[in-house]
This record gives sequence, C-alpha cells and structure tokens, in this order.
Amino acid sequence: MTTPKTLSEKIWEQHLVRQEEGQPDLLYVDLHLVHEVTSPQAFESLRMSGRKVRRPDLTMSTVDHNIPTIGRDLPNPDPLSQQQIETLRTNCKEFGIQLFDMFDLRQGIVHIIGPEQGLTQPGMTIVCGDSHTSTHGAFGALAFGIGTSEVEHVLATQTLLQARPKTMSIEVNGELSFGVTAKDVILAIIRKIGVDGGVGHVIEYRGDVIRNLSMEGRMTICNMSIEGGARAGLVAPDETTFAYMQGRPYVPKGEDWDRAVEAWRKLPTDEGAKFDTYVTLDGAAIEPHVTWGTTPAQSVPVSGRVPSPEDAATASARETAERSLTYMDLKAGTRIQDIAIDRVFLGSCTNGRIEDLRAAAKVVSGKHVASTVRAMVVPGSGLVKAQAEREGLDQIFKDAGFEWRDAGCSMCLGMNPDILMPGERCASTSNRNFEGRQGAGGRTHLVSPEMAAAAAVAGHFVDIREVL
Amino acid sequence: MQPVKDITGNAIPLNRADVDTDQIMPKQFLKRIERSGFGPFTFFDWRKDPNFVLNNAAYEGAPILVAGPNFGCGSSREHAPWGLEDMGIQAIVAPSFADIFRNNCAKIGLLTVVLPQEDVDYLIARAEELPAQRIKVSLAQQTVSIEGTDWARHFDVDPFVKHCLLEGLDDIGLTLQHDEDIAKFESTRSPLLPTTSTAA
Repeated sequence: MTTPKTLSEKIWEQHLVRQEEGQPDLLYVDLHLVHEVTSPQAFESLRMSGRKVRRPDLTMSTVDHNIPTIGRDLPNPDPLSQQQIETLRTNCKEFGIQLFDMFDLRQGIVHIIGPEQGLTQPGMTIVCGDSHTSTHGAFGALAFGIGTSEVEHVLATQTLLQARPKTMSIEVNGELSFGVTAKDVILAIIRKIGVDGGVGHVIEYRGDVIRNLSMEGRMTICNMSIEGGARAGLVAPDETTFAYMQGRPYVPKGEDWDRAVEAWRKLPTDEGAKFDTYVTLDGAAIEPHVTWGTTPAQSVPVSGRVPSPEDAATASARETAERSLTYMDLKAGTRIQDIAIDRVFLGSCTNGRIEDLRAAAKVVSGKHVASTVRAMVVPGSGLVKAQAEREGLDQIFKDAGFEWRDAGCSMCLGMNPDILMPGERCASTSNRNFEGRQGAGGRTHLVSPEMAAAAAVAGHFVDIREVL
Repeated sequence: MQPVKDITGNAIPLNRADVDTDQIMPKQFLKRIERSGFGPFTFFDWRKDPNFVLNNAAYEGAPILVAGPNFGCGSSREHAPWGLEDMGIQAIVAPSFADIFRNNCAKIGLLTVVLPQEDVDYLIARAEELPAQRIKVSLAQQTVSIEGTDWARHFDVDPFVKHCLLEGLDDIGLTLQHDEDIAKFESTRSPLLPTTSTAA
C-alpha cells in the first residue's frame, strides 16, 4: 500500500523533473502568467544572455497592474506606465507569447482571467510574478507567486528550483451565519494564525464551510493565503469546481473532458494523510470582519470596537498596534460602526468577480452612495464587466452614484491614477491594508463586497446583517 | 551574481515587525523597466519622518540591516531586494523572513540570516547604542559576531543556497544543464493539459 498523501504533495510529486539530495527539487511549471510590472527585467536579462523562452505556449500575459481604468482611448497620463505596457507588448511579440492587451475583451487581472478562460485547472503548477497567484489554488492547483529572477528562470527553463514546503490543514467546520462571506472567513483565519502563521507552508482549506463555498468564494480565500504568510493555498477539486470549469475556452472538450475529470477526481487528499500543522475554526462563530490596522491580521467583527494596544500579548505586539492606530488615526475603544469613510473600492483579484459585483449591487440597489463618499467599481476583467452590463449591474451601480470603470488592479495597489489622497479612509474589498498601499497616507479597511457596498451607502461601517 | 564574501561593517537597527515590501519599495517606483538605481527609493514614505533610522547619518553606507520578524512580507516585488542591494545592504538579520522575499534575496546574492529573537534584540540594542559598532557576518563560517567582543552566534542556511551564494552561481545556467531531464519530463506530460493555442 502506498503512503496516503495530501493534495499538494501529489501535485508536487507529479511535477518533479529532478530530485537530488542536498538540493531543492526541480519542478515543472504548467502555466506561467506574466504581467507588465514584474517581467521587463526578466525579459531583458534573457535577451542579454542570449536565451529563449522555452515554452511560449505555456506562458500567458496581460496588462493589469498599472493600466488606467478610465479614458483608455486617450494617451496614458503616465509615461512610465505607458513604457512598461509597451515593453510587455514588444517582449510578447519578440518571444511569441499570447497577450490579452488593453482593448481585448479578455484583458483583466491576471488571477481573474486564468480561471475565467479555463487555463487554471486542477493538479497544475501555476506561477506568476505576483504574490496573489495563490488564487488559482481554489481549483486544486499548486499556484504561487515568484520574484523577477524566478520569472526569468521559468521563462528560460519552464521549471523552478523549490524547497519542499510544509503542509497545513485549515479546517472551517459547520455553517456560515447569514451575511458572512468568504472574505470574512479568510480574515478570521488570518486573525487566528497571524500574518506569518503560514510561512514555509502550503495551506489546504478544508471542512464543510469550504466545500459549500462557490468557486468565487474559494478564490477569495486562496487569494489571501499570502496574507497569512503562505505562498500557496488550495482547495480539493469537486463537482463545484468541474461545474464552474466546463465549457470554458481552454478546458478539454468531449471525451477529453471526461478523461480529465476522471484524473482530477484522484487528486484530493487521501484518507489518513498527515499535515505538518492543523488549524480548525468554527464557521458558525465567524462574523462579518473589518480590519482596523495596517496588517490583514488586525481585524475585528463589525459588531466590535477598535482594540486597545494594552491588551496585546507582547510588548512588541503592543508597539505594532500603537503604530497601526496612529497611522490609521483611530482611538482604541471606538465602535467599528462609528468609523466614517471617504472612499469605497470594489474590485481586485480578491473580490472583483461577477459574484462579488452581484452581491454588492444587491445591497446598493435603489439606494445612493452617501454624499461624503466617493465610490468606484472596477471589474476584475473585461468579461466580468461585460457580464455585469448584460445583467444591468452597471446601471444599478451608476444610479447609486458609483463610478463604473474598466478592468485592472486599480486602487488595490494604486499603481495607476486610482489612489487615495493622504488621510482618506477607504472601505476596500482588496487584500492589503498596509501603510500607503492604496496611496501614500491613505487608510485602508478590508471588508467583503457586501460590507463595502453598505458602508458606501451609510458613509460609515454598518453591520451587513442589519441591512440585508 | 557576485560571490558573497564575509561582510563587515556597522548595522542599521530597524526595530519593527512585519515590514512589508510596500514599505521597502512603494508602488510608484515599480514602473521602471531597469534593474538598477532603486536604492534612493527604499522606505520612501518612512524616510519622510526625520527620526527614521535611515535619516541618521551615522548609519549611512552600513552593509547590514537588522530587523524584526516576518521581514519582507506581502508583495513578491523583487524591486524591494533590488533597492536594499542598491543602497549598499549586503546582509539582513531578522528572526524570520517572508518566503518569497527570502527567495528573491537569494537569487541576487543578498544574504538573509535568521537568528533567534533575543539575539536580534541584542544586535538592535547594540546598533542603536553604538551606531559605529562593527559586526561581521560570515556565510562561509555561518556566524554573526560583534567585533571587539566575544559575542558570536551560529546561523543555519540551506546548503544549496550557501553553495550558490559563495560561488556566485547563475541558477538558470545550472538548470539548463538538466535540459535532458526537462525534455524527458515534457514528453510524458498529459496531452489534456492546456496550452495557449488550444482554446476552442
């Protein structure tokens, strides 16, 4: 009998090109996603060393990080961004890589378009020069972010040298309460394990709550694995996965589909397989969350108050909390629902999919954004945008006073003109509330799309359970 | 990549936990397509505070950075290690590092050293008190020591990373030596797997 294995161990072993004592494993990469910001130096170095892209047919690219979400037919207001976009075009042309360019309907955030096109499939290894590559793990793929040197390594060899990670099981049991979303689940997980709890690990999310989530919800959870320190997070493929995938452009068709599904069914973690670390959460106890600080672990339920640094477990945690409160201009003890906001950002690879827009539209339908708030919706891809428009969601948002933008990373990281002004406070569906992330001096509170929408209407955080 | 030699010099004490790569290299500087020149942009926003440690002339040109746990968390941007390298940092000592950041540093020959929290606390206190205090980080010996004292600590390092750093090896070149293994693996891949030319 063979030793029971976890999902990630199976994928790892199926991609071993070479293994040697005292060296990291050489892993084959099934799909390499490339964007404009972390690739130019890799292509340039490749060119200087006279190397080629080994498998342009396993490499896919798009522009997402710094493109404008408005006025795309006008000259780019930022010459540096424009240069980076043009550099990607030139590189893709020279090396024969497919590019979903700015006016392609399929353009969008790289982690939205992989699943949308069906390029992301169970059992694959997927890498990208972006830490939120973990998103693709929702399909039972081993997907992780890499730096530019590693991007170059993958371009040249279609492989990566990687030390074998430890495995972590995070089980969320029971049933979620009304108004609680996947975003709240992952914020609760990160709050529990800390921003470095997953370092050195691949997380597998398990339990009834995860099984009952849609693919969009699973992507939201896997997306933020890196905010808990784990490079990759995954969910075992099941009927929900297959139903989401079937018929998408790059998935197998006909008998090939049946054969592929048969192989995917063998991927889930074997009975009796051991993880290095175990974490469990009670799904029923999770409430809608709001971050109050400058790390994604600094969150509380919306019914709560800004915690006091005095309650921190260690002197260093107290110092960090004090620093966060100063930056966020918040006082300990303030009710979360008394915090007024200036901006709302709906979008990102965490929450920029059609289901997210539907959920937010439901909350704002027939209502209007508070007079003190500026709110924008940035769909995750051109196709998400088109779908939303077919469903009339754009009109609901526009009637409610939201700006309706083109697809991109936008204000999640503020590389394009979509940024917070110093001191502005934002309810954001993105993934990072780091200092200055959405604009120097800007203050970010991470929430679910429903909570962001409700905050836009009220002008301050509200308990979504009292609105729905 | 240049081989990593013994590093001796003073250390910059950065007594903060969870320093993320957005702080080390803010997004507006990721638009450059060059590989060098990122040094002046490191900690761009934190440098606006006159009391920030990098504004203290006593630490100018110091080759060692000592920081709190989970250093380099967040974004995978290699521009962060590029900036640190460009400003003259050759080694970073911390109780722990984020995975992607640590990998990125290894690829460019920037040494990351993990020491227990209490040792890092001691080094930070020492560097704060005596900014000119010289510290030696030896990858070959796997030690961090304070010059003129008998304080010395051993650190662990992955043997393969150590070998590559000491020899200054280009790991793409190393991997390409296994071209046959890669080709053999490719010949056994499932034909059901997608390529960018297989869309229906």
